[in-house]
Amino acid sequence: MSETTKVVEGDKTKDGTFDQVKRFVARNGALLGLVLLCVVLALATPAFLTGPNILNVGIQAATVAILAFGQTFVIVSAGIDLSVGSVAAVSSMLVAYTGASMGLPGWFTILVGLLAGAVFGALSGIANAYLKLPSFIATLAMMSVARGLTLVISDGRPISTSGMVNFFGTTIVGVPVPIVMMLIMGLIAAVILNFTSAGRSMYAVGGNMEASRLSGINVHRTQIMVFLLSGVFAAVAGLVIAGRLHSAQPQAATGYEMDAIASVVIGGASLSGGKGKVSGTFIGAILLAVIRNGLNILNVSSFWQQVVIGLVIAFAVSFDTLRRKEDAH
Amino acid sequence: MMNITFKRSVRAAMAILCAGALMAGASACGGSGSSSAGGDKVALLVSTLNNPFFVDLRDGAQAEAKKLGLDLQVSDAQNDSSTQQNQAQNAQSQGAKAVIINPVDSDAAGPAVAPLLSTKLPVISVDRAVTGEEVDSHVASDNVAGGAQAADELAKAIGEKGQVLILQGTPGAASTRDRGKGFKDEIKKYPGITIAAEQTANFDRSQALDVATNLMQSKPDAVGIYAENDEMALGAVQALGAKAGTDVKVFGFDGTDDGLKQVADGKLVGTIAQQPKELGRKAVQNAAKLIKGEKVQKTEQITVKTVTKENVADFQ
Repeated sequence: MSETTKVVEGDKTKDGTFDQVKRFVARNGALLGLVLLCVVLALATPAFLTGPNILNVGIQAATVAILAFGQTFVIVSAGIDLSVGSVAAVSSMLVAYTGASMGLPGWFTILVGLLAGAVFGALSGIANAYLKLPSFIATLAMMSVARGLTLVISDGRPISTSGMVNFFGTTIVGVPVPIVMMLIMGLIAAVILNFTSAGRSMYAVGGNMEASRLSGINVHRTQIMVFLLSGVFAAVAGLVIAGRLHSAQPQAATGYEMDAIASVVIGGASLSGGKGKVSGTFIGAILLAVIRNGLNILNVSSFWQQVVIGLVIAFAVSFDTLRRKEDAH
Repeated sequence: MMNITFKRSVRAAMAILCAGALMAGASACGGSGSSSAGGDKVALLVSTLNNPFFVDLRDGAQAEAKKLGLDLQVSDAQNDSSTQQNQAQNAQSQGAKAVIINPVDSDAAGPAVAPLLSTKLPVISVDRAVTGEEVDSHVASDNVAGGAQAADELAKAIGEKGQVLILQGTPGAASTRDRGKGFKDEIKKYPGITIAAEQTANFDRSQALDVATNLMQSKPDAVGIYAENDEMALGAVQALGAKAGTDVKVFGFDGTDDGLKQVADGKLVGTIAQQPKELGRKAVQNAAKLIKGEKVQKTEQITVKTVTKENVADFQ
């Protein structure tokens, strides 16, 4: 990575302005797309660029963003986690169940939820590392198992959550807690990826697994770690969903794994591993939330919404291909 | 040589034993699948049990089957049409005397039940119709009438004037179409009411929370919200916070436990109570009659009831 950047910078004097603009667009595609989208929406409707609506977008991005932060660890190390939506659902359901049916105190139920996320994540990681299941398959299986257990625990019905859990969905002195949680989890993810040896191992394993192993990195431990972290992040997302709805829903977060993966990829991570930034993922998640919010505000027909969202994802990710070509020059 | 073959067959036997034990364990866990062993076997193919409505439908069917001494076998298709088709085949091969199907998808259910009908096996569709095949009996709520009832009640609650928002169900689903059509046709009778926006939240509570928040942002003058199911109505109530039931009246559809609770609390103006247990009950009754060779009604409309604060106690 760093070598290619240097080469590109060395070439700068020879480049025309057009090339520089092109390179800037390619490198910051998602951010520029987000800004462009916001400008268009602001011009299209006065309801978009208002204080309350900006907070709304933040709240609505929070769940997917937290899932996507966890997903970033996995994608950076060349894996994929399809189970995040289901793990969010099962851990929030365990929180609600231990609270409502077993009468355990709120703080304890939250610990149970986080622990459940860690265990489900670690199991996917173990299946990936030791049973040599491709992560796509391991987490596809976990997606089904976790959703099934959610239904078993809940008997298919929503369960109310305690006040302690509902705190995660409230607004404290004008600051929505989901947004705070999103920022905290983003910060934690950024610190782990950028400033710890575990984070560096994730980039190394994603970049070249064999070379990492030979250079003494514990690849198995790294693989388990990324899925464990993804599971914990999913559990936190589950808390936010449950807090916002004052209940754990059996079908909560269905399909959110796709939004989470899309956020990470829109943010510039490569699905072949070794590349990705938490800040990019954050922009990706906000972009998706802005699109959904904008389509609602403009009252776009529900039939067209899915088309629009699909096109935006394809468009945003095509920047990634363009950027990789630029880097290869 | 002998030894190896012997070992191999022991291992195979062990594997079969383990598999058998697993399956026995699984069926013991899912013991709710069959209620009594004695009577005629009836298969109930449910679209999904990942929704309280269909769980209630199953409960009603099971209770009635127990009363009539039928052996009711419940299969959950988990919203997958091809799974449901397999389950229909299995029901026939396992000797069911009648099949009750709650289609995942009306169109896809046609080819699934065609082979059953061709062998004169009684088929009853419940909640959703089967397209392209003539089943022996269809038991369903009247969704169009329910939508109209909701329109009248919501109009009354907002003083017959102002803007209303519609939270639509899954785009393309029959229930979305019928509930929307019933509501929109009826609301035309009130010249003071306009539909300011209609957006889908896919029958989902958390999506409705976001969509309703966004719509209130773009249409802050709205005084009423019609949600095509209770889950979305509850999401809207959450989005409105203190405004729910005071500045903005929300009306749901389904009459789920959570929905009824909010009606009692005044957060929801009302809901249309479908009677999922009644749907299940009637379907099993008709199955029993068909097995005995008795005549049943081709279409059995289960009435839907308008629930408001006044009569909510009757439904809880």
